[in-house]
Amino acid sequence: METSQTRVFPARFDVLAAVSEFVVQAAASAGLDESAAYAVQMAVDEAFTNIVEHAYGGEDRGDVECTCRAGPEGLTVILRDFGQAFCPECVPEPNLSACIEERQPGGLGLYFIRQLMDEVHFEFTSDSGNVLTMVKLKSP
Amino acid sequence: MEVSTKRMKNCSVIEVSGRIDSATAPQLAGALKALTDDGIFKIVLDMNGVEFTSSAGMRVMIDVQKKCNQFGRGDLVLAAVPQRVMEALELGGFDMIFRFFDTPVEAVGSFV
Repeated sequence: METSQTRVFPARFDVLAAVSEFVVQAAASAGLDESAAYAVQMAVDEAFTNIVEHAYGGEDRGDVECTCRAGPEGLTVILRDFGQAFCPECVPEPNLSACIEERQPGGLGLYFIRQLMDEVHFEFTSDSGNVLTMVKLKSP
Repeated sequence: MEVSTKRMKNCSVIEVSGRIDSATAPQLAGALKALTDDGIFKIVLDMNGVEFTSSAGMRVMIDVQKKCNQFGRGDLVLAAVPQRVMEALELGGFDMIFRFFDTPVEAVGSFV
């Protein structure tokens, strides 16, 4: 059986703790273990932060709709915003082996999202906004 | 998130607990900056009570480490890092940039 819950959060950093609580509870409902739940928490935090910073260009400029679908295979988290679209392929991967002086600050959030989740899909439309779908599967 | 600073003879210890995310990372950055502004570049970050760290927190740590390495011949070392936070730091390649200690006491001892 699949259960689905949606909450709308203002695009602000001070709601990140509440967003985390929402997705961690959904992860528990989906039967994810602690490690997988932490991965979901981190991926969603990074994605939400990217929406505030890049899609909306700052805090309090819109909302983020967060849907969690717990199913037999794991958890799907969908974040929808109505800010600017971006090109995920254009974000360079961070060079993790670079020495400290050469480490660049950008790109780490998207890198974490891709590493931590099993499926990541971006969709940008003019009418239904930017939709990021992330799936975390249950451990076999 | 809660942050407290203890200034000692050979180094300073910042004890941080709770969540380090984009909302709270500036508070941690402020505590670290207060030390580096005073010329203190040997710093222990006691992470025992940290529940979660996003890349925003990691960026703060890396910025301070750069400053410690460049200006003060110092070091920002991490102590008592919880397992999940450690896994995230490793995923981001931060295990190559910081020294890690099991306890803050051992971390402080490394500066003697």
